[in-house]
Amino acid sequence: MSQIWLVPAFPLLGFILNAFFGKRFGTRFVTFIGPLAVGLAFAQSLVLFFQMLEIKGNVLNEHLYTWISSGNFEVGINFTVDQLSGLYLLVITGVGFLIHVYSVGYMKGESGYYRFFAYLNLFVFFMLLLVLGDSFLLMFVGWEGVGLCSYLLIGYYIEKDSAAEAAKKAFLFNRIGDFGVLSAVMLIFLAFGSIEFASVNAEAAARLEYGGPLVTAITLLLFLGATGKSAQIPLFVWLPDAMEGPTPVSALIHAATMVTAGLYMVARLSHLFVLAPFTMNVIAAVGAITALLAATIAVTQTDIKRVLAYSTVSQLGYMFLAMGVGAFGAGVFHVMTHAFFKALLFLGSGSVILAVHHEQDMRKMGALKNKLPITYITMLLGTLAISGIPFFSGFFSKDEILWKAFSSPFGSPWLWGVGFITAGLTAFYMFRMIYLTFHGESRVDSHTAEHVRESPFSMTLPLMILAVLAVISGFFGVPHVFHLLPNGMEVYFHNFFAKLPVEGHGSVSTEWLLMGLSVAFALIAWFIASRLYHSGFAVAAGLRRRWEWAYQLSLNKWYVDEIYNAVIIQPVRFLSTHLLWRLFDQNIIDRGVNTTAIVARAVGSTLRPLQNGLTQNYALIFILGTFLILWYVT
Amino acid sequence: MDTSALPILSLIIFSPIVGIALAGIFRDEGNGIPARIAALFSSGITFFLSLHLWFYFDSSTADLQMVERLPWITQFNIEYFLGLDGLNLFFFLIISFITPLALLGSWNVEKRNWQFQIQMLLLQIGMLGCFAAMDVVLFYVFFEVMLVPMYLLIGIWGGSNRLYATIKFFIYTMLGSLLMLISLLYTANIYLDLNGAWSFDVLDWYGMQIPPETQFWLFLGFAVAFAVKIPLFPLHTWLPDAHYEAPTAGSVQLAAVMLKFGPYGFLRFAMPIFPAAVFELTPVFMTLALIGIIYGGLVAMVQPQIKRLIAYSSVAHMGYIVLGLFALNIQGLSGSWIQMINHAIVTGALFLTVGMIYERTHTQEISEYGGVAHTMPKFAVFLVFFSMASVGLPGLNGFVGEVLTMIGAARVNIWYGILAASGVVIAAIYMLWMVQRVLFGPLTKDLVKNLKDFSLREVVVLVPLVFWTIFLGVYPQPFFERIEVSINHYIELVKSQEPRFAQTEAESSGLAKFLFWDLAE
Repeated sequence: MSQIWLVPAFPLLGFILNAFFGKRFGTRFVTFIGPLAVGLAFAQSLVLFFQMLEIKGNVLNEHLYTWISSGNFEVGINFTVDQLSGLYLLVITGVGFLIHVYSVGYMKGESGYYRFFAYLNLFVFFMLLLVLGDSFLLMFVGWEGVGLCSYLLIGYYIEKDSAAEAAKKAFLFNRIGDFGVLSAVMLIFLAFGSIEFASVNAEAAARLEYGGPLVTAITLLLFLGATGKSAQIPLFVWLPDAMEGPTPVSALIHAATMVTAGLYMVARLSHLFVLAPFTMNVIAAVGAITALLAATIAVTQTDIKRVLAYSTVSQLGYMFLAMGVGAFGAGVFHVMTHAFFKALLFLGSGSVILAVHHEQDMRKMGALKNKLPITYITMLLGTLAISGIPFFSGFFSKDEILWKAFSSPFGSPWLWGVGFITAGLTAFYMFRMIYLTFHGESRVDSHTAEHVRESPFSMTLPLMILAVLAVISGFFGVPHVFHLLPNGMEVYFHNFFAKLPVEGHGSVSTEWLLMGLSVAFALIAWFIASRLYHSGFAVAAGLRRRWEWAYQLSLNKWYVDEIYNAVIIQPVRFLSTHLLWRLFDQNIIDRGVNTTAIVARAVGSTLRPLQNGLTQNYALIFILGTFLILWYVT
Repeated sequence: MDTSALPILSLIIFSPIVGIALAGIFRDEGNGIPARIAALFSSGITFFLSLHLWFYFDSSTADLQMVERLPWITQFNIEYFLGLDGLNLFFFLIISFITPLALLGSWNVEKRNWQFQIQMLLLQIGMLGCFAAMDVVLFYVFFEVMLVPMYLLIGIWGGSNRLYATIKFFIYTMLGSLLMLISLLYTANIYLDLNGAWSFDVLDWYGMQIPPETQFWLFLGFAVAFAVKIPLFPLHTWLPDAHYEAPTAGSVQLAAVMLKFGPYGFLRFAMPIFPAAVFELTPVFMTLALIGIIYGGLVAMVQPQIKRLIAYSSVAHMGYIVLGLFALNIQGLSGSWIQMINHAIVTGALFLTVGMIYERTHTQEISEYGGVAHTMPKFAVFLVFFSMASVGLPGLNGFVGEVLTMIGAARVNIWYGILAASGVVIAAIYMLWMVQRVLFGPLTKDLVKNLKDFSLREVVVLVPLVFWTIFLGVYPQPFFERIEVSINHYIELVKSQEPRFAQTEAESSGLAKFLFWDLAE
């Protein structure tokens, strides 16, 4: 049969081997096992993917064993491969494999080499569990498991305080989201008597009133979970800090896979979400605002990885915008193209960082394009893709989203407008990054500059493969107006997602017009970036002085962290310390107890001669006393 | 061999006498090594004997098994009456499993070593007996007896402020015991009035016709004793002090076993006897449990010492257990019961882990540590692992219990479930913050620089706990299979006597009043 379990089993085995024997057997063993485990998972995923396409109904199921069974609450370890999880499987294991290969070069010589690959394998295992699980609870195992691996990998450099802090922050913000998921699971169990995705999707329309409070509450709580994992407002602040982890981690976990888990959940439950128009509007609005907010922050960051991190938050916002307007297929399409070009960009930045000796600040880069030709060209291709330059992958997926944001019954010109501005900003900050890193004068310090050289083949090969994917993968979903190819994405997801209750609107000419506008805007933004940053920061400095307040606002990330600290963290800590612990526990309850103790001690002191502090005497008296009582009453 | 004729429960309960006798003979000979080995050996025997229970337990019946009945105080019909069912089976196993680990984990106790071993084994006898007793007086005797070695463990082998902690512990437990004794005698008297004969067989007491008003007060008498043990908010303040001052082994036994007498006592000795009172007081207890979850978590967050932090985390964890218990449905109770096992394993493990580093540094202050992962990587792995289990990471044991208790509570009222879910956020905050401050960051402190990583002995102590943490997390069914029949029986016992339970259930599933909207229509 299909043997779905093999897919997660390979990376799990890889984790076990690396964790327990990696240190003893050394680097070559780890280098062999780590990528191989994910490679095998990719091979098996390919087999399953084509099996799933051929089979009628496009679903493969597998039951392993019953996990929890208590009354009518029953959860099995069951795996499902369908159109959605099949695509995710390929992305996770495919991109995952490339990043494992890349890590061999990137992590070379690190003292915790085996630990790194063990965690990375474990991550892939949990990520696969997340998408393969057929019920909320099994998905949640993966959901939390990837959170754990993210925690361990962000904090990988244990000697850095900032890394430990970022790791904890990531886990906590995710946990706030988990509260939402857990609450939603309870409600779903009460409403459906089951927590399997298939039955929830099938019965949602029958059991829940359209737009009713219950379905709204369930979907809002689930969405809260999604904002945690996929870094949306209000829980997005952990993702930029997560860049403390090694760069391959940022590429795999914090760009290509884990952060799209929230989108996966929404897409998985599309039949539930379309029943709650209010939630859909919230999702679209949150997505759009997050996309814009993150883009406005990205334009001033000087840390190359932070630019990419905010870009990721922004792109995830795009995907949620798609989900919120009911364009589930378009959202998933963007998940895929984004996985390629953003993994590419992160790995490229890693290649740069390694070349300039672990420097991440773009103020100390510049003029690297001749020294790092492969990195430069591949990153440029990734930038063209994310900026929506025609016929690169990002163009197709982003355009699809913008069009749906405008034309869908849940859409509006406002949503389109926000997406449109964000698209321009995206092109601007991405080309800013390219110019500052690769063009202009070199700002690399002279000692380091002598040693700058292109990364080894194990790192450039994944870059090249991802670059090819970033360029061509868009043709999987060419819009209808082109009359070029059938829209592969729509064919693929035929009948999978929930249909919207009303038809969309908008004419072909409008679609052409909007597309033209966004392409023009991206090109203009590219042009501005090239004028401002082609030779370092000097030109932009004048602009910065004129808009100092806006610059500060953007540079300081709209002060969101500071606001959270002042409004939530400090008050809770104060309340817990002074009110609950010191006042209530120690001053109210314990004072009562202590008064009793003083009385007791007074009584006790009269009996002191009996206490000579020798345990054997206590024990003797104790045993004798017991027997005395027993003898007396019998 | 046919073993059914052997008094297996008594054999297990009193098997530690072997170790007590040997330790008493060896005393301080050979630097106390023989006494230590004797105690460990004896607890090993107990463990192997109790494995018998796992294999011969019949999970298809709610009747008591391996029953032993001997007349004891005949004029009152008080019996030496032991029995086993799904309710107490796993407590037997956990006690005999954790005691050898606790002994091995505190191998280096120097002070009056052989007496320490004896107290630990006496404690084991008391705890095992208390879980097996089916006669109310016998239960009460064991309930009191086991406190003495615990007082001594804290009072003799504890930290600098041990006397205060012991007295506080003593006052709390004595208050509870006293009220329970009064209730117990009063209830026995009612039984005499109704039936014309004495009986202290707890099964006889189930289903007595007691007026609801009387039930209320009698139930409260038992409830205070059990609530102190749990400890339920606001009777919890003895626990942080007791844990902080107790030696490692004492903390382990306290957390892993002693607290569990609370929920167990509720279900076995109070709820089926006073069902009307249970019905009345369910909202009160569930609310207190919820306060415990949130309050315990918040206070744990700001504790400056590791053991106090874990103690407060216990308050929060026990909140889930009480929540599931009073939900009185299969998910709630099964969750509550597995959560007790989980809590025993994980919190026991945490106290052992923390005890091992305390042995090296003699400080509990979190601020004294920092960067320990550099010098003690093995310790770091174990601490992170058990912290994650404590936080309820899915795939590890804590999650299964938490989810089921929450589902159970949500079936009573969705708000109970949702409020309980907020506890998972707080748990992550205090545990991870502690882990971060202890393990990570740069290596600057001399105290930390000179630490030596775990020895083989220490790893051997913790590995079995790791195993069960994972096993119960991925495959808890063997556990559920063995308790389900008994749990259902007890739910039935309580609910069938009180018609109002069925009535409220018919009126509303937990969803009906969701968010103030009436969804029942």
